[in-house]
Amino acid sequence: MTALLEVKDLKIEATAYPPGESPRNITIVQGISFAVEKGKVLGLIGESGAGKSTIGLSSMAYGRGGVRITGGSVLVNGVDVLQAGSAGLRSLRGREVTYVAQSAAAAFNPAKKLMEQVIEATLHHKLMSREEAEARAITLFARLGLPKPETIGNRYPHQVSGGQLQRVMTAMALCPKPDLVVFDEPTTALDVTTQIEVLAAIKEAIAETGVAALYITHDLAVVAQVADHIMVLQSGEMVEYGTTDHIINRPTMDYTKALVSVRSIEHVEKSGGDPVLSIKGITARYRGTNFDVLKDITLDLPAAQTLAIVGESGSGKSTLARVITGLLPPSAGSITFNGRTLAPDFEKRPRDDLREVQMIYQMADVAMNPRQTVGTIIGRPLEFYFGLRGDEKKQRIQELLDEIEMGEGFLDRYPAELSGGQKQRVCIARALAAKPKLIICDEVTSALDPLVADGILKLLLNLQKTENVAYLFITHDLATVRAIADSIAVMYQGRVVRYGPKTDVLSPPFDDYTDLLLSSVPEMKLGWLERTIANRKMEAAGN
Amino acid sequence: MRIPLAAALGLFFTALYFGAAIFAAWIAPYGAAEIIGDSWESWSWAHPLGTDSIGRDLLSRMIWGGQTTILIATLGTLISFSLGSTLGFLAAVKGGWVDQLLSRMVDLMMSIPSLISALVVLSVMPVTLPVLILVMGILDATRVFRLSRAVAVDITVMDYVEAARLRGEKQLWIIFREILPNALSPLIAEMGLRFIFMVLFISTLSFLGLGVQPPMADWGGIVKENKEAIVYGVPAALVPAFAIATLAISVNLVADWVLNRTSSLKGGRG
Amino acid sequence: MHPVVKLIAQRLALGMLLLLAASALIFVGTQILPGDVAQSILGQSATPQSLANLRAEMGLNEPALSRYFSWLFNAVQGDLGVALSNGQDIASSMGKRLSNTLFLAICAAIVAVPLAIILGLIAVRYQGRWPDRVISTVTLATVSVPEFLLGYIAMFFLSVQFRIFPSLATVYDGMTLLERLNAIALPVIVLVLVVLGHMMRMTRAAILNVMQSAYVETAELKGLRKFTIIARHALPNAIAPVVNVVMLNLAYLVVGVVVVEVVFVYPGMGQYLVDHVSKRDVPVVQACGLVFAAVYIGLNLVADIVSILSNPRLRHPK
Repeated sequence: MTALLEVKDLKIEATAYPPGESPRNITIVQGISFAVEKGKVLGLIGESGAGKSTIGLSSMAYGRGGVRITGGSVLVNGVDVLQAGSAGLRSLRGREVTYVAQSAAAAFNPAKKLMEQVIEATLHHKLMSREEAEARAITLFARLGLPKPETIGNRYPHQVSGGQLQRVMTAMALCPKPDLVVFDEPTTALDVTTQIEVLAAIKEAIAETGVAALYITHDLAVVAQVADHIMVLQSGEMVEYGTTDHIINRPTMDYTKALVSVRSIEHVEKSGGDPVLSIKGITARYRGTNFDVLKDITLDLPAAQTLAIVGESGSGKSTLARVITGLLPPSAGSITFNGRTLAPDFEKRPRDDLREVQMIYQMADVAMNPRQTVGTIIGRPLEFYFGLRGDEKKQRIQELLDEIEMGEGFLDRYPAELSGGQKQRVCIARALAAKPKLIICDEVTSALDPLVADGILKLLLNLQKTENVAYLFITHDLATVRAIADSIAVMYQGRVVRYGPKTDVLSPPFDDYTDLLLSSVPEMKLGWLERTIANRKMEAAGN
Repeated sequence: MRIPLAAALGLFFTALYFGAAIFAAWIAPYGAAEIIGDSWESWSWAHPLGTDSIGRDLLSRMIWGGQTTILIATLGTLISFSLGSTLGFLAAVKGGWVDQLLSRMVDLMMSIPSLISALVVLSVMPVTLPVLILVMGILDATRVFRLSRAVAVDITVMDYVEAARLRGEKQLWIIFREILPNALSPLIAEMGLRFIFMVLFISTLSFLGLGVQPPMADWGGIVKENKEAIVYGVPAALVPAFAIATLAISVNLVADWVLNRTSSLKGGRG
Repeated sequence: MHPVVKLIAQRLALGMLLLLAASALIFVGTQILPGDVAQSILGQSATPQSLANLRAEMGLNEPALSRYFSWLFNAVQGDLGVALSNGQDIASSMGKRLSNTLFLAICAAIVAVPLAIILGLIAVRYQGRWPDRVISTVTLATVSVPEFLLGYIAMFFLSVQFRIFPSLATVYDGMTLLERLNAIALPVIVLVLVVLGHMMRMTRAAILNVMQSAYVETAELKGLRKFTIIARHALPNAIAPVVNVVMLNLAYLVVGVVVVEVVFVYPGMGQYLVDHVSKRDVPVVQACGLVFAAVYIGLNLVADIVSILSNPRLRHPK
């Protein structure tokens, strides 16, 4: 039996424009071969830059920007799409193969109603009459669990939520009854509790329509729920290929093993001890608004321990960081640090208070001045707080670089010359240079690839032991919390809904929100999605 | 480092014009007001560009005129730049009512085209060089203000500026060490564009008879003096106009190159 | 009330406020600066007696605020005062010139706007290839060249060397439309060249911005034809930025008119303004400044309103 999609020895190149040099060709993908049979799902997994989206789009013979397919063959239903002319490509795209983008918010035309866009390809390829297409779209909306399926098509993209838009995009891809759908990180931009719903809807839709799919993601736990086979990619080449069971349970390559075991850092929780930071009854709102973003927050963080603040976007967790650093003075409540009360506004705080509370940001890119060298970035706090100069300063910078495991040769480099993980390490070193008692870590690992993030977490844990520093660790990622926290506060709509030592917070009985949150985090197990959804249905029926 | 052809050409002509302006006293064959022949003589070895409406050597007038034009444009650019960027940075860093006040004032000034504003003001002010430079500099500072404020606002919301503020750094450190180095490349490119605009502005005013007053020479004025000759097929008026255009294009090419070169450094992130 | 109606009402009110403020600025610019109007008119050699007489005649002895309000009040009613230099009523001598200028500007706009948009589209269609490069080079040249150079080059070649069009744009009553168009051909060509570069460059940028968006990629991946993609997905979103570009450049054209009218000795507002600045005829300068500012503010206002109207987020609120 011939496969629906057959890719052989694919090679993809692009033109790079290095500043000050002449353009040159770089190879993004090479030596990739795989096949997808009717009704099967192949997961493509890898870190950013692994070439997974590029490979996915090659099934539609499409290259973004200057990307070109320069070798191999891509057969859809036995026809080589790389040889198809522009008319052939037009009849392939949107009819045989369709696409679901990562950001549905950007992928929908803001000026057109959803229904128009959902049935556009179906009408264009003359697959159905308008009435039939609209009826099919409404059926798909209902099947994907969208509210008011009959009328949601009359809305404009900005009038529905992100999770709903992602489902509408899936309906758009399924509407023309394609043979193959390319899903390009369809749930990555969503909150974890929304992700599970969209994921379940996509899986159900794939099963019911019998369509084949390429599912592209960086999250192995997610792809394990939907794929029949998985291909692991690294820097444009294949690392390992096999059934989902094989990849998850019996990986053979080291890289795959590392991906499977990521976030399994063992961290024994500490408890007790005097608080270095005490927050009492903090309520805060942004200027010019009449809505409290934080409502009556009370928390304690013992010295040299980690308090994780967990919540989804909009829960107020980053605002809490702004209040503690003094960027947003609260409208009520007080903050005690190291036995003394902190001034609400950072400009009123003495230099030692500023020094002892440091901050590490999510985007290391923009947390460092691109015009300053690593030496200047780390050296400035030394100079500013401790008056270090010359060799003394240089020596201390090198010590710090050693502590963050970067070694020599970085003093004169600019941030642009560092990798993502190295940038975040330099930010950590800058915070450490101030000899702080508390470091606020705001989503410090969420912009990083899983393996790199793992390295950063291990580094932070080691530094906590040697430097006796407390962390206030803000994140939306529960796996990270398990790895690093001693105590946890779960935030929802500006309130702390659950707070205590790690094991207590993560053990039943749960409140409703924590239950939802915890059960939504994908686990690296086959069948997790089905079990979770089934459990939820049972509970709902039981109530 | 390789300089692209366009930028090299731009640099060459920019240097040529500035050089001629600076060393005018040494290289100009005749004085600016010296009458040495008949009106509108065509070119000869003695007078490579011919003579003007009252028989002055056109090449010499061009060199002297270039000096005036470039001097006024340079000083005007300096005023518009120092005034506009200082106020722009101030508005961005201070925010609040300072920003509001300055921004609304600039909005108001920009609601009238600058040529019209200049004409209105010049209808009551004495037309002297300092007045011209001041009027042009202040009117043009509004554009520099908008750009530098926008650039600085983009930078002040960056995490590294927040980190510096949380460290307890003073306002001056933040402006000069954190913001300025990152704002420099768009501002330098803008400086080139402002200079061009100044050249065009003063030339236009002089052409309209409201800029540099005779017997002083400047390029716009030379066009005005010789414009009647066009109808008789004498292209004397085109010479200064051509000089203005080539100077403007050259500076533009240099500014483009500076912007591309410096922004690609910044673009190397990630 | 629909939020769009509210926003537009706000913009209109803001435009009126801006115009009021601009009128104040023009008044301040001519009245309170160190240069005394009477002194300027009579020159340094004027006797104190004649200065005092003139000041009294011009009402300069009254407080500035009351002079401003009486000026503004009259201007709103269409009375712009009389010219100092010849004692004629400004409103009536301006009327003819204003219509001449508008005729010139509208003719230039009719040619320039479609041309700029078509060339902008061509530049986008052949992005990075020779048509794009030629267009961007020519653009760079035209934005760097002063208006009067374009004027004299056009005059030198098209009327002196080849005698296609008259060198001076003389218009008078009783001309047929065709004669009139022939007379203003050169100034129109020059004005078109003046605004074409900017307009093309900005149109190109606006359309490219839309063409690079994710929803155009989505449309491409649906297998739609290039033309369908542009017509159905790119155009509806490109209209607002393009109209914005057009309006901003028409505003720029209003200024270009001043120089071009002087070059071709065309009896319009620009010529009128420049003449009276040299004569230091303050009431005329004020009146002209006010009219130019009003047109300029009005065009910017239209650009604002179009972008509000075409924003789907504002048209269809949540």
